[in-house]
Amino acid sequence: MQHLIIGAGPAGVVAAEALRKADPDAGIAIIGDEPEPPYSRMAIPYYLINNIDESGTYLRDPKQHFADLNIEVVQQKVDKIDTSGKTVTLGDGSSRGYDKLLLATGSHPISPPIPGLDLPQVHSCWTLEDARNIIKLAQSGSNVVLIGAGFIGCIILEALVKRGVNLTVVETGNRMVPRMLNDKAGGLLETWCKNKGIDVHTSCSVDAISDAGNGQVDVSLSDGSKLDAALVITATGVKANTDLVADSDINVDQGILVNRRMQTSNPDVYAAGDVAQGVDFSTGNFEVQAIQPTATDHGRIAALNMAGQGDEHHGTLNMNVLDTVGLISCSFGLWMGVDGGDSAELYNADEFQYINLQFDDDQLVGASSVGKTQHVGVLRGLIESRIHLGEWKQRLMRDPTAIMEAYVACTQELSYS
Amino acid sequence: MQKSLNIDPGKCTGCLQCEMACSYEHTGTFNPSRSYIKVFTFHHEGRFAPYTCTQCDEAWCMRACPVDAISVDMATGAKVVSDDKCVGCKVCTIACPFGTINYSQATGKVVKCDLCGGDPQCAAACPTDAITYVDADWTGYDRMLASAAKSLPSAEATAG
Ligand SMILES: Cc1cc2nc3c(=O)[nH]c(=O)nc-3n(C[C@H](O)[C@H](O)[C@H](O)COP(=O)(O)OP(=O)(O)OC[C@H]3O[C@@H](n4cnc5c(N)ncnc54)[C@H](O)[C@@H]3O)c2cc1C
Repeated sequence: MQHLIIGAGPAGVVAAEALRKADPDAGIAIIGDEPEPPYSRMAIPYYLINNIDESGTYLRDPKQHFADLNIEVVQQKVDKIDTSGKTVTLGDGSSRGYDKLLLATGSHPISPPIPGLDLPQVHSCWTLEDARNIIKLAQSGSNVVLIGAGFIGCIILEALVKRGVNLTVVETGNRMVPRMLNDKAGGLLETWCKNKGIDVHTSCSVDAISDAGNGQVDVSLSDGSKLDAALVITATGVKANTDLVADSDINVDQGILVNRRMQTSNPDVYAAGDVAQGVDFSTGNFEVQAIQPTATDHGRIAALNMAGQGDEHHGTLNMNVLDTVGLISCSFGLWMGVDGGDSAELYNADEFQYINLQFDDDQLVGASSVGKTQHVGVLRGLIESRIHLGEWKQRLMRDPTAIMEAYVACTQELSYS
Repeated sequence: MQKSLNIDPGKCTGCLQCEMACSYEHTGTFNPSRSYIKVFTFHHEGRFAPYTCTQCDEAWCMRACPVDAISVDMATGAKVVSDDKCVGCKVCTIACPFGTINYSQATGKVVKCDLCGGDPQCAAACPTDAITYVDADWTGYDRMLASAAKSLPSAEATAG
């Protein structure tokens, strides 16, 4: 059995490991096109602030791990897939056959339609190579403009502030992380950032970037402001890398469509991670989530099914955790609520504390919080277990912070001595 | 045979000696707010429930970690955080459905129960045997693990 994995990110690597566990004798190869050992994009912000060196971003020890597991790692771009002949063609012209193929090609940052994006001072923050360029230009005291205060934008924001730059953030939405937090919670983040000296422009966009001649660029905003900057970073969303299967028998929507076994419309081809449009736990719809926990879950489920041992997946829960210059926020599932459902909320703007629980009948279906670090994972547990909270729902309506008590009381025997 | 914590909430009096011992072992100070084991109080029921990581087989935290900072201690079976590798990204804190791996603002890393390398101080400190460290056959801890796992469809549906 020959398993071929395209993409050496978390989805591909976790899949390779799970395949090895499931099938000790199979041939397993990961083909990735980046000129680095398999690494984690998520670790980039910590590389930007020198918390780790490049090797700290590596998903596994590149010298030993893959050799120990007899997983071949190939640095090549896959140019073409032939699903009828079950082969792929690599950038060096060679080709390889497969029995089962996993597409774990991830996603790429989308460029907003702004004139001047091709200037050398403009970068996205997606790859290690991007990070190296950002480190060169984001020197202490220099002016930096960040376009986009979505999830990824806010993650980089923290690293830029720690590098000591003068930061301006421009977000077209009316608040920060509009797809992760509601008005109140997003508002807390904005106030927090402004208190830290970050210039935040919401409901605003960048009209144009132009060369200022002195190594700097001029940035004009839709609210009339003009800024000069040594570096402009774009973080305006990502799009699945589906080009490889564009003219094939593999169905694509926002991402590569997969069933509950992570199988595409071609039964020998699977997809996982940012590129896959898989089932969402909360809605039952097929969605691209583009988050790390989903990438690793996908990778494992795909691998088990490729090895013939898997089950149908109940879906991945959309969830995020964010540290915005020390203010920690998170969101889970249907944090915006459901029709006819109840909600509980606690909002303390002075203390930057917020928690919001969303119920459907007596089950928790979504939650978000700001300023809370302890036991937040149990929100996932409460949602994914679909626990009927019974009387605990009323208790949570009165005190939404009692999530751990609710979970323990609903899942454990409180007395069995 | 590997040992595991046996937690019997019926015997817990809520004295918090376990939290004291845990925080002292891991941070060098008696500070229950930094303990990795927590005693939850149920006023209505007049009950207490000590709760910490069950070292579950699924190891959600370990799987979600982007930098390989969580590994299994072969001697105890505990899932252990390497401070050298942890970057403090917190993705494990939302991935763990039991809420038992948490971010420490004091250290900038995540923290969780490591079974104190095989000599859990919570068990040593418990005056009523509500927490004991015993051979892992059918302990209350296993019940805790089983009922927690049972509550999660994902734990079964995707068990490898
Ligand atoms: C700065 C930053 C911070 C982030 N922080 C978080 C966070 O805090 N929490 C979170 O949940 N998520 C975060 N993410 C998102 C997270 O990194 C992604 O969801 C995750 O990387 C997806 O993993 P993947 O394996 O699907 O894809 P990727 O990690 O993108 O890996 C796919 C790989 O496939 C390669 N590839 C593509 N096409 C080909 C081809 N034709 N041939 C060969 N190789 C190919 C790509 O070059 C890439 O190396 C962050 C991302 C960034 C950039």
